[in-house]
Amino acid sequence: MKNNYSLFSLLKNAFSYHENWEKAWKDPEPKKEYDAVIVGGGGHGLATSYYLAKKHNMKNIAVVEKGWIGGGNTGRNTTIIRSNYLWDASAGLYDHALKIWEGLSQELNYNVMFSQRGVMNLAHNLQDVRDLKRRTHANRLNGIDAVYLNTEQVKKFCPIINTSPDIRYPVLGGTLQRRAGTARHDAVAWGYARAADEMGVDIIQNCEVKGIKRNGDSVEGIETTKGFIKTKKIGVVTAGHSSVIANMAGLKLPLESKPLQALVSEPVKPIIDTVVMSNAVHAYVSQSDKGELVIGAGTDDYVSYSQKGSHDIIEGTLNAILELYPIFSRMKMLRQWGGIVDICPDASPIISKTSIKGLYFNCGWGTGGFKATPGSGDLFAHTIANDEPHKLNAAFNINRFVSGDLVDEHGAAAVAH
Amino acid sequence: MFIINCPYCGEREQSEFKAGGEAHIVRPKQPTELSDDQWAEYLFMRKNIKGVQFERWVHVHGCRKWFNVVRDTSNDMIKAVYKMGEKPPSI
Repeated sequence: MKNNYSLFSLLKNAFSYHENWEKAWKDPEPKKEYDAVIVGGGGHGLATSYYLAKKHNMKNIAVVEKGWIGGGNTGRNTTIIRSNYLWDASAGLYDHALKIWEGLSQELNYNVMFSQRGVMNLAHNLQDVRDLKRRTHANRLNGIDAVYLNTEQVKKFCPIINTSPDIRYPVLGGTLQRRAGTARHDAVAWGYARAADEMGVDIIQNCEVKGIKRNGDSVEGIETTKGFIKTKKIGVVTAGHSSVIANMAGLKLPLESKPLQALVSEPVKPIIDTVVMSNAVHAYVSQSDKGELVIGAGTDDYVSYSQKGSHDIIEGTLNAILELYPIFSRMKMLRQWGGIVDICPDASPIISKTSIKGLYFNCGWGTGGFKATPGSGDLFAHTIANDEPHKLNAAFNINRFVSGDLVDEHGAAAVAH
Repeated sequence: MFIINCPYCGEREQSEFKAGGEAHIVRPKQPTELSDDQWAEYLFMRKNIKGVQFERWVHVHGCRKWFNVVRDTSNDMIKAVYKMGEKPPSI
C-alpha cells in the first residue's frame, strides 16, 4: 500500500531533503501472460488500465509503452479541457469526461492541477455567429453549461483581445463554457500510472509492439521487443500510430496521421486567465502556471509521422495571434514541437471492438483527445471488460463508417482539418 | 516543410501544394453493385503507412495540376515524383 500524498508527507520528506520519496510506480519485466494488455502508455492507455483494475476487477493486466509513459501526445498537447460539442453522442462522451475531471485529483490522490478557468470560442463572421449560437443551444439542451457572449462581453471577459471592428477578422461574439479549463498533462499520466500500479497493473516502458499474433479470428498475444506476451484481450491506444498497429493485425482503419504543432513563449506575469480559441483564424492561446503562453497551431494536410510539421502553419497561427492580441507583439517563442494525431473522416473518435475477437481500438481522437482522457479510459475499460460498448460510446463504434451513421464534429473540433 | 519537385514547374516549397491523400485508389466501376462494406473501404479506409507511401498532390498555388509523389512518411523524404497515368516506380 502506497503512502498517501498529503501535507504531512510533504513536511516529513522535506526533513530528508526529498530523497526518500517512494517510487510512484514499479518498473517490472513483462510476465508470460496477462488477462488483458493495453498498448500505449499515454493518458488514455493508463486511464484504461486504472478503470479496468478499479471498476472491472481485472488485476492481471499490463500497459506496454514504446518509450516512456506520457511521452507521446499526452506530453505534447495544449491541455485544454471542455465538453461543448454539438451532437448528443459527443456531448455525452465529453461531458462524462469533464465530470470525472472535476473529482480526479481527489480520486487519484494526485494533483492534476485541473483549473476550471473557462474556455471561450470566438466568432469572426456571420456563419460563425449562427453556428456558435446553435451550439450553445444544443449544449444547454444536453445539460452542458454554455453562454453566448456579444463583442462587449468578450472584451470584458478577456480584456487583452483586440475587439476593434476594423481588424481583418473582427470579433463578433463568442461562447463561453465556464466549467472548461486546463489540467497538467504530465500529472494526468503520472497520477493514473501511480494509481494503476498500486492496484497491481504492470506498467512496462521501453517495450515496443512488433506484431500481433492471431489465431483465425481471435488474438493470442503480442510480439514485443521484450518477448512474446500471451493475452486474449488487447486494447490499442496508440494515437497517431493506431494504423501501424492495425496493419500488424491485418486491419485497415479510417484514419490519417498528421503532424499537429504547438508552441510556448517565454514566461511572463499573468496576462490571460482563461483559454481563448478561434476556429476561423485558427489561433488558440492560454497561459500555463509557469507563465508561458501556450499556443496551438493547426495540422499539416499531408500524412506524416515525422513529429515536426511545417513552418508556414506556425506562421499563420502567429499572424492570427498578433492580430487578436497586439500586446503579444514582442513576445519571444521558446519552444515548438509536433505530435502525430490520428484523424477520422468525421472528426470523432473510435472506441470500439473490431472484427477480430479480443482486439479493441481507442483511436481517432485527432486534435482533441486530451480533454477526454478520463472518460475515454473509463468507457474503453468497460468495452474491453464486457466485450460490449457502454451506452456512451456505442455511437463511436468502427462500423459507423459502413452504416454511414457518422458523428460529424468538424465544427466543434476547434482545429480545422 | 520540404521541397516538392513539381513535374511541370520544378522545385517549389511544399506550402504551394495541397496533399490529396493515398494514390491509386480506383473508383469502383459498378458503384450500384457495391456492398456497404465495399463502399466504406473505398471511401474511408486508408493504409496510412508509416514508411514509403504513394500519394497524390496538387500544385494548387502554381500550375494547378495533379501528380503522384512517393514519400517516406517517417521522415518526409521524397523518393520519386511521376505524372498522373504513369506507371508507379518500383520502390
